[in-house]
This record gives sequence, structure tokens and C-alpha cells, in this order.
Amino acid sequence: MKGSVKQVFAILVLAGLIVTVLVLSRRSQGTQDDWQDLNAEESLQRFGFHLREVSKEIGIDFTHEAPTLDAKLDAIMPIIASTGASVSVVDFDRDGWPDLYVVNSGEGSRNRLYRNQGDGTFKDVAEEMGVADLNQPGTGVCTGAIWGDFDNDGYEDLLVFKWGRPELFHNDAGKGFTRVTERAGLPKWVNANSAVWLDFDNDGHLDLFIAGYWPENLDIWHLSSTKIMPESFEYAKNGGRKYLLRNRGDGTFEDVTEKMGIASTRWTLGVAAGNLCGTGHPDLFLANEYGLSELYANQDGKRFVEIGWSSGIGRAPKSGMNASFGDIHNQGRFAVYVTNVSEMEYLLQGNNMWVPEEGRFGLETRYQNLANFLGVETAGWSWGAQFGDLNNDGWLDLYLVNGYISADRRQSYWYDYSKIAVANRSIIYDAKNWPALRGRSLSGYQQKCLWINQGGKYLNVAIPVGVSDAYDGRAVAMVDLWNRGVLDVVVANQKGPLLVYRNTVAKENQWIQFELEGSRSNRSAIGARVRLFWNGQQQMQEVSGGNGHASQNQRRLHFGLGKDPHIGRAVIEWPSGQTQTLLAPEVGKLHAVREPQ
Amino acid sequence: MSVNPIPVLATPGAAPQIAKKSQLLSLDNRYLAPLLITCILIVGHLTYGIIEIHSSPVLNKLTFGLLTSYSPTFVAILAALGVELILGRLMLGRWPHLASAYITGISVGILIRSPELWPYVLCSAISIASKYALRIRGRHLWNPSNLGVSLMLFLAPASVTSLSLQWGNEIWPMIVIWCLGSMILYRLGRLHIAATYAAAFAVLALARSWATGDSWLAEVAPITGPMYQLFIFFMITDPKTTTRAKWSQCAVALLVAVVEMIFRLNQVVHAPYYALFLVGPITNLAEIWWDSRSQFR
Repeated sequence: MKGSVKQVFAILVLAGLIVTVLVLSRRSQGTQDDWQDLNAEESLQRFGFHLREVSKEIGIDFTHEAPTLDAKLDAIMPIIASTGASVSVVDFDRDGWPDLYVVNSGEGSRNRLYRNQGDGTFKDVAEEMGVADLNQPGTGVCTGAIWGDFDNDGYEDLLVFKWGRPELFHNDAGKGFTRVTERAGLPKWVNANSAVWLDFDNDGHLDLFIAGYWPENLDIWHLSSTKIMPESFEYAKNGGRKYLLRNRGDGTFEDVTEKMGIASTRWTLGVAAGNLCGTGHPDLFLANEYGLSELYANQDGKRFVEIGWSSGIGRAPKSGMNASFGDIHNQGRFAVYVTNVSEMEYLLQGNNMWVPEEGRFGLETRYQNLANFLGVETAGWSWGAQFGDLNNDGWLDLYLVNGYISADRRQSYWYDYSKIAVANRSIIYDAKNWPALRGRSLSGYQQKCLWINQGGKYLNVAIPVGVSDAYDGRAVAMVDLWNRGVLDVVVANQKGPLLVYRNTVAKENQWIQFELEGSRSNRSAIGARVRLFWNGQQQMQEVSGGNGHASQNQRRLHFGLGKDPHIGRAVIEWPSGQTQTLLAPEVGKLHAVREPQ
Repeated sequence: MSVNPIPVLATPGAAPQIAKKSQLLSLDNRYLAPLLITCILIVGHLTYGIIEIHSSPVLNKLTFGLLTSYSPTFVAILAALGVELILGRLMLGRWPHLASAYITGISVGILIRSPELWPYVLCSAISIASKYALRIRGRHLWNPSNLGVSLMLFLAPASVTSLSLQWGNEIWPMIVIWCLGSMILYRLGRLHIAATYAAAFAVLALARSWATGDSWLAEVAPITGPMYQLFIFFMITDPKTTTRAKWSQCAVALLVAVVEMIFRLNQVVHAPYYALFLVGPITNLAEIWWDSRSQFR
């Protein structure tokens, strides 16, 4: 070839490559446009369910307030005061109807305990129950709550974690709550965004894990210096310490964090406990912002060993905000979903779906991130996410909320954020070096994601099934609010309303539920597992003491079964080590099961 | 320009000055840049895990469970080497030296981030192909990886972002890289370009600080990140795509910093890439035109 011909050839090659980029780029921006106009009936037919937001109709009228911290942080206040919206589900009075507890975070603002009246409506009883006024100046503000029966009296007790003094309330037989914080021996001040009830030593008494976010010696309302920010966007270890509090069984707790080998001081936003390593003891998964996730493997209740690196989940630093577990492939093991940050043009961390490798247990546990392959990787500035079978087809779906700061729609802070994000420690660490927000948005007004599980791969159907809100979502909880055999969705939004999505599911899809009560195990049955075998497959679920981001699902376990299910058996693995088998349990029913003595 | 401060690829028609300089460089010198960037990659990964790993069930199936994941960084390197071999053979009639493509591949693998595989492959391929397609009188107009990265960021913003990691925010990796890079550039006689650019960036950060109201530290912050270290030590100093005279090299570095400032004031996050993308070919064309005019006279 002559030189000029060769160059033309090279130009054509280059042009072909550029066109390929354009084509693939367009294909990557998959949309839900095809389904935008589906009505409720059509989405029910096509996807097997439809959601409708009903909070006002059922008597829930709650809007979250954010705190106002030290004035030295005014320039970036919305960035810092960006968490606190939380929701947890409990049947606090044991009347068989799930209730909702939501915390507020404005100084002097009130928390709400929405009692389910059984007639389709809810009534706030927080004041009369004594769990409303928890944001008094000087005590910090609430960032979440979890429920667990720490004294095994049959009634769920309440831990409220805060940026401030954590509070423990004893449930007085569903008639009121008594504050027992000091008697229980809780730490005086923890700037926490997450906590979980667990029985790490399987002694039948619920223990407590509270994960600090800011350092515990920091009173964010009275700062002596602005050097309080994370030292790194990827490897920060200057966050809050963690507290593993062992329940002595007499209403008091002892701090065994160091003794048990937990030394993390990362910036934890999501924590969940569950039998991930298959040893029969609950392990701890920490989703950390500004750094690596951590997995503390439980060594027979005697010690925890951090295996983040070896397991694969703690190698690439991201912005972990949520940790939730689900048996997504119906294989009897949990995948872990961790949410992070993705913003077109600026940052594509991608969320993680950590799927365990087969045949590896204990310290050998290994995970692979299959979020991209499964189609649940990119979802904006992601926060809370929960698994649940929303269409009762027998596969766990995934609901995710997102959005950081929704302010001025026309102006974004992302450029300034990207400047500081790559800076050296000495610059990032000082809040006064951060560019002022000036009313701009940062990943605001984002469309939520609802992925249905299509037997392994996921498909986002949020808009067609009725989820179109664009608030700054933080926490999600799944609960069968009206005892209908379907999962409804409750969403807590930062500086936004509490949303309740009522679910309507195709009638042909069946379900079954289990309400477990421990006897030798802790009475809340937290950590108990149910393996359900039907139609040649199995699904495993575990009673959780709090997971996701600042949230807790209903205690009872809900299994969708699809059409014409034939259940072989349900095997219950109690934390005490006992195994109980229910043969052919009846479909379409809630089964209350008490652990054999 | 390739992210390579040393003219490792001798091509027909290359400017005589470059060829002369190439002859003066020892074999060791020729491999200095590849060695440096390899060290950065290895140390960066061992200490801070900068190499991306993508899990792949497909790969798992294909290899019967032997491989469960792959590194797109290595795929980018392989793609760059492969395209260089094919195009080099076709265009030059002989097997080309692969050092330049190796550096381009590593740069692409470090500088772009994507959950997909195709951006790494295509960015490397575009970078290498541009060396053969976009040249006048034997000279490259664009630095290959600058062109590849810029195009990917501009055309596929939903799939591709630029490196936004840090070396753990510690000061020592930054110092080590600056020292090593400066030593190599000094040896190659190109330190003045990097110094001019860094100084201009710092001074112009003052202007941006005045214009935006943000602190100078916030404005100067990006240059403390690893992306800029790669940009400075491996991109703007590339002999194949910079002008020849020392004064003009400094002027071009200054101009890149000025155009970057304009982009930054308009909140364009990929400002340095785009600035070089615009300034590089214009100044090269100007020099080519000036040279031809002088020859004609």
C-alpha cells in the first residue's frame, strides 16, 4: 500500500472504533422507556405486582428534619447533616399487626411510633409510649433504631442510636417503655449511623453492635476545630470506633469489642449480622464510607477475625452505605448487597453484589462481585436497599433508594466535590478546605430502583410498577403491613416524607410466612434460619436484628412461592444449634413456630 | 501523545531531531518510562489496590472455574499491544517496538474507570490507531492516550470516568512519584515542561480561588492526586507530541494550564485531558506549518 492509502485505511479503522464507542455507550444507557406508560393493571399482569404510595391515606404524615450542627460547618452543612432518616418495623404490643418506628434528627424534633390499628390505618403513639422526645439539645440527634427482646420477656425492646447518647428502652408489655440506658451500661456518646442486635455467642441473650461513624469524642455541635473530616476518600480510618456489647443476661451489657478482636475505626454507614461463613454463629459485615468494607468472621463466639481482604469484599475502596443479605439464587447461601456511589461523568464506583463461592466456609469464605453481571450495579448515589419477594414469584427482588442532596436543580456540586475528593489528606481532613455548597444539588432528584429477580438476573421496573418518587432516600424496610401475604415497602427520606408503598400482587402467586420465637435461643429468634424446600428448589432466610442502612425489616419471614407450589419441608436452624423440620407446611398461611425446649 | 516521555517508536518520516535524540538515548533510557509506570502500577496495587478486578461468570464458565475474574487494566495492555502489532505490521511493513504501546495500555488501564470491559479495549485501540491515522509529515498530532481517554470521557460519560483514586491520601507515595518522575524527566531533558505546568497550575489556582471564592487549597487539591502525576510525567512531556524548542515547550505547557483553567471555571471535570486535547494538536500544527514555511524560504 502507498503511504496515503495506508493512512486512509488507518483513519477508517479509527472512525470505526469511535462509532463502536458511540453504539456501545448508547446501549449501556438502558432505560425503562418501553414501560413508562404501563398502568397498574398492566404492570400487575406483566411483572406480577404493583405499588401505590398510600402514607397520607393510612394516617402517616411524617417529614424528617435534619440537624443543624456547629456553625463552622455551615458552608457544607447539607453534606454533613445528610443522614438520620430511618425506619424499623416491630410489633411492639404483640397484637399481630406490624408497627413502624421512625426517628427524626432535628434538634427538639419528635420521633414517631406508628401503631398499626388493624383497620388499615396507623396512629402515632410515640408520645404516650415515651419514645418521642429523644432529640433534646445536648443529647445529640437520632439516626436510627433497632428492636430486639434483650431480656427475653416476649416484648421487643428498643435501641435508638444517635449522633450522641444512644438510648435503650425496655418494652413494658407493649403498654409503655422505660428508659434503661444507664442501667444497661451503654456508652455515653457514639456518633453512630448503624447498629444491629445479634447473639454473637449464641447464649440465648441478644447482644448489641453499635457502629460509630464520626469519632466518639466529637461533639459535632461544639467543635474546636474544623479538622474533623475523613482523612481519605478511600482509606480513611479516623472514623468512629465500634461497640460490641455483650448481654450479661441481667439487663446489663459489657463492652467486649477489643477482647473480641474488633478494632475498626472506619466510617461505617451500614452493618448487618448473619451466618455468612456457615459456622452457625453470626458474622458481622460493615459497609464503610470512604474505604473498604469489612467482614468480621465469628470464631465460635470467642473472637472475630477480619477477613475482608481474603474474602474479596475488602479490596477495592468505595463508599459503602448499606449491607443487606439475600439468597438471590435460591441456593441456600447469602449474597451481600453493598451500595456505593455512581454519577455519570464523575464517578462510577458501582454497587457490589457479593456472591459467595461454592464450597468455601469459615475463614476460607470467598466472594465475587456479580453486580454488573446481574444488572444491579449502577443506581446513582445509592443508600438503603432491601431484598424481598415483592411479586411472590419465589425469587428475591431488590428495592433501592438513592439521592444525596436535592437542592437547586440547575446547579450541581459534583465538580467541586471531585476537586476535593482526590486531594491529599492534609487538605481533605479540614472542612474549611471544602468548597461551599451554596444551595447546589449533589446527586439529587434521583429515580429509585426496583429490580425484579428473573431467576438470577435482575430487571429494573421501578417506574412501571409505581415507584416514581425522587426524594433523597435513606432507609428501606419491607413488611406485610396488613397481613395479606404480600410485602409492602416503607421508605424513609432525608428531609423528606415517610413513604408507604402498598403492594398488590398477582393472585396466582402463592406465599408462606414464619414467625419464630426462641426458647433456648434468644426469644426474638434473631439469627434463626428457615430453609424452605419447594418445587425442587430451596430458599434460605434469616431473622435479622437490623440491616440495610438504618433500617430493620419485619421479624417474620416471608417467602413467595410462585404458581402451584408444592412445599416439601421447612427446616429451621435455631441459633442454639437445634434443627426443626416442618413437613409440608400449609401454603398461604403465617406459621408461628416456637423453638422446642 | 503517548504517555511516554521517550521516543521509543522509530517511524518512517519521523522528524530528524527526534531520531537523533533517540540515537543518543541508551537502551536503559528507552526502558525507563515503561519501568517507571510498571513500578507505579505494581506498588500502587500492592499498597492501595489500584488495579481494577472484574468478576466474570462467563470467564468462569469458559475456563471451567480456573479463572473467576480478570483485570481490565491487563486487558487494556493486551489490546494496546495487539493493535500496535497489527497496525504496525500493516502500516510499517515490520513488527513495531512495543514499549510505547505498553505504556499506552497501562495508562489507559489506570486512567479510565468503567464497570464494563469494552471501554478499556476500545480506548487502547483508539489510542494506538490514532498514532497511525492522525499524523502529518510523520508527526503525531495528538498524544495517543490523551486522545483515547478524552474521546472515551466525552463520548461515553455514562460508562466511563477518569481515575479519581488517591494513593491513600498519604504524602509519601506522592513524594516518591514526584522524585522518581522528576529524576527521569531531568535525565531526558524534559523536566522544564513538567515544572512549567505544575507552577502554572499552582499560580492559576490562585486565580480560580479568587474567581470561585473557594480556598486555594481546594483549587490546588487535584494536582495532589495520582491522575495528575500520570498526566504530568507521562502525557504532557511526550517527545513525539510536544514542540521542539525548549521555550515553545514551556509555552505549550503554560497554554495547557490556561485552557485547563478556562475549562475548570466552567466546571468541566476532565479539564486537563480536554485542554491537552485542544492545545496539543494546534501547537504541533503551528510548528509543522512554521517548519515548512522555513524550508520553503
